[in-house]
Amino acid sequence: MEIILNPWPWYISGFLIAFVMFLLIMVEKKFGMSSNLRTLCTICGADKTLDFFKFDWKSQRWNLIVVLGAIIGGFIGSHYLTNNVAVAIHPEVIQNLQALGFESAGKAYLPTELFDISALSNIKSLSVLIIGGFLVGFGARYAGGCTSGHAISGLSNLQMPSLIAVIGFFIGGFFTIHVLFPLIF
Amino acid sequence: MRSIIYLLIGIFFGIVMYKSEAASWFRIYEMFQFKAFHMYGIIGLAVGLGIIVIQAIKRFKIKSFFGAQIVFEPKEKGVKRYIIGGILFGLGWALAGACPGPMFTLIGAGYIPILVVIAAALFGTFVYGLIRNKLPH
Repeated sequence: MEIILNPWPWYISGFLIAFVMFLLIMVEKKFGMSSNLRTLCTICGADKTLDFFKFDWKSQRWNLIVVLGAIIGGFIGSHYLTNNVAVAIHPEVIQNLQALGFESAGKAYLPTELFDISALSNIKSLSVLIIGGFLVGFGARYAGGCTSGHAISGLSNLQMPSLIAVIGFFIGGFFTIHVLFPLIF
Repeated sequence: MRSIIYLLIGIFFGIVMYKSEAASWFRIYEMFQFKAFHMYGIIGLAVGLGIIVIQAIKRFKIKSFFGAQIVFEPKEKGVKRYIIGGILFGLGWALAGACPGPMFTLIGAGYIPILVVIAAALFGTFVYGLIRNKLPH
């Protein structure tokens, strides 16, 4: 039980993610999460004004069910399968984050400075969440996929476009962490 | 029946995202600081195994669980949309610390502010649909 309650090491996690992709392929579907955002836009009525959202969303119902499962999985994982939520990131990274004002580094699963309910009344935290979320949604659709669709599924199928997208992911992430963060925090 | 299979796969995926700490903002930050192997190990191993699995399915013409032939759709060719879209996605990924899978996992884990991230991601998706004809692809 201890093995399950502790954080899962990379070699277990990586194996299981590949297994998730395998299962989805074997039930004639594919591993790609960001397309659900488009489907949800369509359900909310975006298809009434924009052609991009005009498609039979019911053909994507299976993926929404996967999302529902991912929500339930998050509940199970955090409530029943975890003793200590602190994420043991590298000591230098903890120091670095604390210098930026993230006191919760090394003590929590998510930074309380951004994901505690009180963060919603802090303009800076709220802006980071909104701008971050917006770029994830916009960028994923522009690039035609996200971490699951490009980095895992696309690279596994040796797709050059996915490699280009993943290189983009890392250029963007690197820029945020090394250039934007010292400016914002 | 199939809905239950999708639900079970989703639950399994959600647990893996949470327990692997791939849904942790801190792990994403650490990854972009290049200070730990953890996230690279996860993605690298998943892709390595994924390549073997997909090659095996193609080569041995393995049928799906329901007996049908498995088809892999290649991604559309191009460079601009992938590099520009990818960079924008990466900028946001590092800010919010969550990509579109873990976002939903974090709802279940009880982090209310992630709903703001998801709402913003939906809006971002909508805005892409709004201006996509004006963007280089």
